[in-house]
This record gives sequence, structure tokens and C-alpha cells, in this order.
Amino acid sequence: MGAILFLVLAVLTVVSALTVVLHPNPVKSALALVVTLFVLAVIFVLLDAHMIAALQIIVYAGAIMVLFLFVIMLLNLQNDDPDRGRRRLVLRGFAWAGGLVLAIELALLVRGAPVGTPGAAPAGYGGAAAVAKSLYTDFLLPFELTSILLLVAVVGAVVLAQRQRRPTIS
Amino acid sequence: MIVPTEWVLMLSAVLFSIGVVGVLVRRNVIVIFMAIELMLNAVNLTFVAFARSRGAVDGQVVVFFVMTVAAAEAAVGLAIIIASFRNRTTVNADELALLRG
Repeated sequence: MGAILFLVLAVLTVVSALTVVLHPNPVKSALALVVTLFVLAVIFVLLDAHMIAALQIIVYAGAIMVLFLFVIMLLNLQNDDPDRGRRRLVLRGFAWAGGLVLAIELALLVRGAPVGTPGAAPAGYGGAAAVAKSLYTDFLLPFELTSILLLVAVVGAVVLAQRQRRPTIS
Repeated sequence: MIVPTEWVLMLSAVLFSIGVVGVLVRRNVIVIFMAIELMLNAVNLTFVAFARSRGAVDGQVVVFFVMTVAAAEAAVGLAIIIASFRNRTTVNADELALLRG
């Protein structure tokens, strides 16, 4: 049952990820990315990572994707032009071939990994309490540094996006 | 949990490759950004799979940090896109070649 569910979710993830990459309309790419992130959250639940699944939906599908959609609509983007010209098509073919080689190589790498089907998870595994305990003890310093990172990002985003007062390069 | 860890890692490999191809073939900067998010998520999936395989939550804590960095990166990156759009009125990566030597 779990295996069939996982296979269905995996196919859904790959299809929606391909839609992100292939769809000419940026808004529809963004919506496909939302679907990908939701399906990944379900897979996280399947892997007993309940806390991370909730964060995935709140932070990624909620906050980050709203930011993306907001910027796309603010800039009023149109569809991408289709690829024309021989050189462009050849480059595109090379990119896909490179991606295929990368996927095969990673898959071969995975096949040699010494992992199997894990047994039942210990009680409370992946819940908020277990993750928080690790976060506030072993990873306390990185956690505090994260707050500085977010502060810098907020200040940087405001400085970059505000209207420039001095003349700019055009 | 009946799913072998290898399957999850395979899915993660495929997702990562799709993200790489997306960065290479698209010319819209925002879509390139989304492909990067796709790659970050593939790596998150790997972390969660290995955390489950080892029975430790450390991997999930790393995913937490990756999400934080992704949020910061999205905020700053989209601000840069808005600033460059304001100056050049384009989000086409081929036309934003100011730094080309």
C-alpha cells in the first residue's frame, strides 16, 4: 500500500516538476511548482517527517510561492518566446542530454548506497518535539545565526527593491 | 513505512536533474529561480530519506536550515530581479549580459 502510494506521488512529482520547466507561461510554472511542493510534503509525511512536512507547506508553498507569484504579476510577464534557430535548438538538446546523463549517474550512485528499507520509526520521530530538541541543543548556534541571516536578507531585499534615487546604469 | 530508501533517492535524483535542465534551458530569470527551488527541494528529500534511514532527526534539522536559506535567497533574489527589471525592463537572462567580458 505504502509502495503504491509512493509510486503515484513520485509520478505526480516528476510530472509537475517537468511542467515547471517546460511550461512557457511563468504563472503556470509557479502553480506547477506549488503542486510539486505539496506532493513533496506528502512524501515527507510518508517518511515520518511530520514537522518538516508542515514547514514545507507553510514556508515554501505558502510564503515563498506567494512571493514568486507576486513578483511575476507585478512585472506582468508574458510567455517566453519559443526557441527558434538551429544553434538554440542544439544547445537545448545538449542541456537535456546533460540532464539525462546526470540523472543516470546519480541513479547509479544511489544503487551502490548501503541503504535498505528502514524499519518502524521510534515513537515521536519527526514530530515537533523531537526536531525542536535537536534544534535547540545540538544545532543552537546555527539556529541563532539563522536569525542574523534572515535579518540581513530582509534589509537587503528592502534596499535592493526600493526606488533608486541616484541615476542608474541602463 | 514500506518504501525502500533507494526509491526516494532515485526520485530525488530525477528531481534534481529536472532542476538542472530547467536552469539550462529557460531564459526567464524567474523560472530559472523556480528551477533552483526545485533542486533545493530534491536535496531536502535526500536529507529526509537519509534521516529516516538512520533513524535520527539531524537530517530534518538540516532541512529546516535549507528552508531558511531558501527563504532568504528568494527574498533577495526577487528583489534583485525587480531592481534589474526596473533598469532594463527585461527578465530575459540572455539580455542581462552586462557582466559579460
